[in-house]
Amino acid sequence: MKRRSGRKLAMLVMMTFVLSILAGCGGGGSETQDEQINVGINVELSGGVASYGTNSKDGMMLAIEQINAAGGVLGKQLNPIIKDCKSLPDEAMSVSANLVGEGIVAQLGPLTSGNVQGSTSVMMDNGIPLVAPAATAVNVTVDEKTGDIMDYIFRVCFIDPFQGTLMAEFASTNLEAKNAAIYMDASSDYGKGLAKYFKETFEANGGTIVTEEGFVKGDRDFKATLTKIKGHNPDFIYIPGYYEEAAPLIKQAREMGITAPIGGTDGWDSSDMVAVATAENLNNTYFTNHYSSQDTDPQIVAFVEAYKAKYNGKDPDSFAALGYDAVQLLVQAINDANSTEPEAITAALATIKDFQGITGKMTIDEQHNPVKAGVIIEFKDGGQVMKARIQP
Amino acid sequence: MQEKKRNWLSFGGEVLILAAIFTIVQYAITAGLLNQYYQINLASMVINIILAVSLNLINGFTGQLSLGHAGFMAVGAYASVIMTNMLGYPFIAGLLMACLAAALAGFIIGVPTLRLKGDYLAIATLAFGEVIRVVLQNIDAVNGPAGIVGISRLTTWPWLFGAMLLTILVVVNLVNSSYGRAIISVREDEIASELMGINTTSYKVLAFVFGAMFAGLAGALYAHYFYIIKPETFNFLKSFDILVMVVLGGLGSTTGAVIAAMFITVLTAVLQSFPAIRMILYALTLIIVMIYRPQGLMGNRELSRQTFGRIWGGRK
Repeated sequence: MKRRSGRKLAMLVMMTFVLSILAGCGGGGSETQDEQINVGINVELSGGVASYGTNSKDGMMLAIEQINAAGGVLGKQLNPIIKDCKSLPDEAMSVSANLVGEGIVAQLGPLTSGNVQGSTSVMMDNGIPLVAPAATAVNVTVDEKTGDIMDYIFRVCFIDPFQGTLMAEFASTNLEAKNAAIYMDASSDYGKGLAKYFKETFEANGGTIVTEEGFVKGDRDFKATLTKIKGHNPDFIYIPGYYEEAAPLIKQAREMGITAPIGGTDGWDSSDMVAVATAENLNNTYFTNHYSSQDTDPQIVAFVEAYKAKYNGKDPDSFAALGYDAVQLLVQAINDANSTEPEAITAALATIKDFQGITGKMTIDEQHNPVKAGVIIEFKDGGQVMKARIQP
Repeated sequence: MQEKKRNWLSFGGEVLILAAIFTIVQYAITAGLLNQYYQINLASMVINIILAVSLNLINGFTGQLSLGHAGFMAVGAYASVIMTNMLGYPFIAGLLMACLAAALAGFIIGVPTLRLKGDYLAIATLAFGEVIRVVLQNIDAVNGPAGIVGISRLTTWPWLFGAMLLTILVVVNLVNSSYGRAIISVREDEIASELMGINTTSYKVLAFVFGAMFAGLAGALYAHYFYIIKPETFNFLKSFDILVMVVLGGLGSTTGAVIAAMFITVLTAVLQSFPAIRMILYALTLIIVMIYRPQGLMGNRELSRQTFGRIWGGRK
């Protein structure tokens, strides 16, 4: 009896398997409808960076909803096709191929640089444009070895070097710092790259880097290195890295009596920052970001209100804002091209000028990167206050 | 005499079936019947089959719980890319280098750790996989955490099919040889087989090295298909994915490993649009299988011409 039920179950599992193959075959061949514009959304909805993908998708969906409510693009409705790439580059590639099969005119996402690069070859093969909301690595749009531009890959975020430059400008101009210390996340290219560009700009502005130190992902005790930094008596400390390490680092620095202003990056943008480092310790710290939800610009206020209304009061983070902008940029390109042909959209994307997005006014340069402003945000008694908007 | 002739006949039949599968798929690709999406999933399916079959040799047949398979895959992937992309050798040299490097890594890890048993071995291999990843993250020559981008796509269907066939043939023949008997005896009762004069550690190392070698091969195929490799791709979750396939298919059944690898790949691909349901269904499938078939889909049985013979001809 027991054995038989086991066998039945094995049959059942096999049947599911066969059915799922059939379902897969059926799903691939859906025809494109003329009155709709299919837009592929290939984002990380599960896996390591699921929160980036989910927030960004929410921003994209808000934009698509608003555009469709206002009559769509070229008289047609946008039809988003959402698929999950599991935060893996190989899965991102498979998802892209799947979306291409469903007749998309362009793809939005994925969020991280590595996953965009997984998707790149499919987009290039099929000649369909990709707009990346938050892939900040330089080599996403340019092959660093050959210098070739990736013809179909675009983005709406600034690139890594810009953030380092931005903070250096802020430190030497607004804070009038002369001697800066760098304490970077040496286990990521992100940390290392930002530190390099900070140093270049800061020194070009006449400042001195008194010491360069590094930590690795997962470190929790920074006191030894902080003691060394304190000995150099810097008037500014730059910490390019993520909030997991930056929060305890700042807490320990303040407890050791280091009062110098501390600067960071968009990796700091997390509610955990205040929870771990405490509001008091975070005073006199600043970080660079894509936009601030506290901005009083009417366009941003309207976006934040609409987002909060749609998603139960959730505050839109940078990923949401960049996702929103990615949709708007694509729509602008479709309007400019007056066509839904992927080639025409690609050509229009490459020549967009003075596009006004939530994260700033941007012009796409010859390397497919937006030239746009970044913001400096200050932590003040646990809240984020927009300190400055710096145009490159 | 009669028996021998029949064996040759059925061998010829098998070759024919395999040749037919190969030709049909090859034709479908060149004639454009399989779109890119199906091709990509076919590639991941084959790569998963190689990974599952090779891990099954270690976990299923030898009975040593290894959780570092993604580490060997990473070694193979990076070794092959260094050969082809950075040094400009042909693809075959990259594949051979991947096998060699991964086998060597398997040997270096296997000798000290295979003296451990059960949980201890699992922890040691898990740690090894993570060490590989962290080491790769800190080597600037291979771009550290950002990984290598722009790998030329050299993996094609003939390579995939050939590699899969080679893996299955070697594993099946190894298991059916006298070495295989010794390997299985280690799984069944290590002390008893030691009493019978079997050098258990050397057989365990043998199985480990072969398993690692094919994982390296899979890594090389992966790298030359998916354009980008980075250390984060080969983290312990990747190892668990492969382990799930092996357990689902049945520890000690190559057929089971192949079926489970195909099943998981298809399941993942079909549910791309339903991320929430995917996680539930994935877990649910595993729970149901573990409750009703704790030995896995195939147990330790194989699908072979004898099985078909029994079903259709009533012959043994």
